Amino acid sequence: MGYQWNWGIFFQPSATGDDTYFGWMLAGFKMTIGLSLSAWVIALLLGALIGVLRTVPNRFLAGLASAYVELFRNIPLLVQLFIWYFVLPELLPPSIGEIYKQSNPILQQFLASMVCLGLFTSARVAEQVRSGINSLPRGQKNAGLALGFTLPQTYRFVILPMAFRLVVPPLTSEFLNIFKNSAVCSTIGLLELAAQGRQLVDYTAQPYESFIAVTLAYILINVTVMTLMHKFEKRIAVPGYIGGK
Amino acid sequence: MYEFDWSSIPGSLPFLWDGMKISLEITLQAIVVGIVWGTLLAMMRLSSIKPLSLFAAGYVNLFRAVPLVMVLLWFFLIVPRFIEQLFGLPTGTDLRLTSAMIGFALFESAYYSEIIRAGIQSVPKGQMAACQALGMTYGQSMRLVILPQAFRNMVPLLLTQGIILFQDTSLVYVSALADFFGAAYKVGDRDGRLVEMLLFAGAVYFVICFAASQLVKRLQKKYHPA
Repeated sequence: MGYQWNWGIFFQPSATGDDTYFGWMLAGFKMTIGLSLSAWVIALLLGALIGVLRTVPNRFLAGLASAYVELFRNIPLLVQLFIWYFVLPELLPPSIGEIYKQSNPILQQFLASMVCLGLFTSARVAEQVRSGINSLPRGQKNAGLALGFTLPQTYRFVILPMAFRLVVPPLTSEFLNIFKNSAVCSTIGLLELAAQGRQLVDYTAQPYESFIAVTLAYILINVTVMTLMHKFEKRIAVPGYIGGK
Repeated sequence: MYEFDWSSIPGSLPFLWDGMKISLEITLQAIVVGIVWGTLLAMMRLSSIKPLSLFAAGYVNLFRAVPLVMVLLWFFLIVPRFIEQLFGLPTGTDLRLTSAMIGFALFESAYYSEIIRAGIQSVPKGQMAACQALGMTYGQSMRLVILPQAFRNMVPLLLTQGIILFQDTSLVYVSALADFFGAAYKVGDRDGRLVEMLLFAGAVYFVICFAASQLVKRLQKKYHPA
């Protein structure tokens, strides 16, 4: 159909002259990785906390945690992202809002994306942590209490060490999701992998090569994370449990 | 403090409703295509014919490794041009909605096929053996015995995936379609009331998805009292 393939395009100097097109892709790749990993830290910490709170006997705390999960699970990621990016700075007290709005735009995009992805994923992590805790035999908790542990001690020494190990396999898929979901952040102008892909199409006029390369980069991330997590899962698996297998 | 002004919402409701219809249309067709094509993929994946199961595994793994945004961009920027050339359509034919729908359906099928595969595998093996002992063909046993039971087990999961899918339709924003979210964004941008429109859109999605997920929960309790 008359399309001129040209894979050499990636090594030509880019339109702005200071880099090659491959350099653009690499920058996007790094942004995707950096964003996803920093959001994952937020997601794990908050998710673990919220997930634990959902299982405590205190009605108020458990209710608060489940409201949190419902809120973040029932609004599309794109809408959440736009709210973080466009709405929140307006609602801050003017003095703080102004400082924020005058900061580096790339920093603003990154912060909004990181917080948004982190909180969005934390709700999912919380659900996995909760089901991990609930999957433990009830006797474990009762045994802890019967031995005279307080409830926090029971969580700290009996329930959580087991639950966190059981929950690793389902968390792998959330970890994979965070990399894929980070592509949504291209919509607010953050120059991660998908956004660089769009730019490449515009600047190089080689749409097929650009998109194939970016798609392969996502597959590479996916395969790498899966391989690493598989090794980790094996090391951390609780002997005698079929658990995630 | 920020002064809210919700006055652009009432006048734009018909436009927003048109957008919602597009969102629902995409959701519905993606669910239908997703379940049909997903079932076929799941059966291929479990089949003993090597090329078929390899194809299905490749398809599912490929689509599950790539972000939806990326798939939609493929079907926004690349595929329409390809189709134009293939069928000799005049350039500039508006294929955005069709293309987004195809992209969506193909993407979601991969996820549906995984749910359905798990459903089929949850039916005890003896059922298949019993069918064969009764002289049924593979097709007959699937259609009359295995799939009806598998689907019954899967209903809550399929519906939950439908809710996720409805949320995902907001991503057609990348192909500049006026679905519900796109419409809300356009109104907010036009009136300089982005804050209100985005919050409104979020609230509408929340109400719909929360209500739907509560319904699914009740359904699940009714059919699978744990």
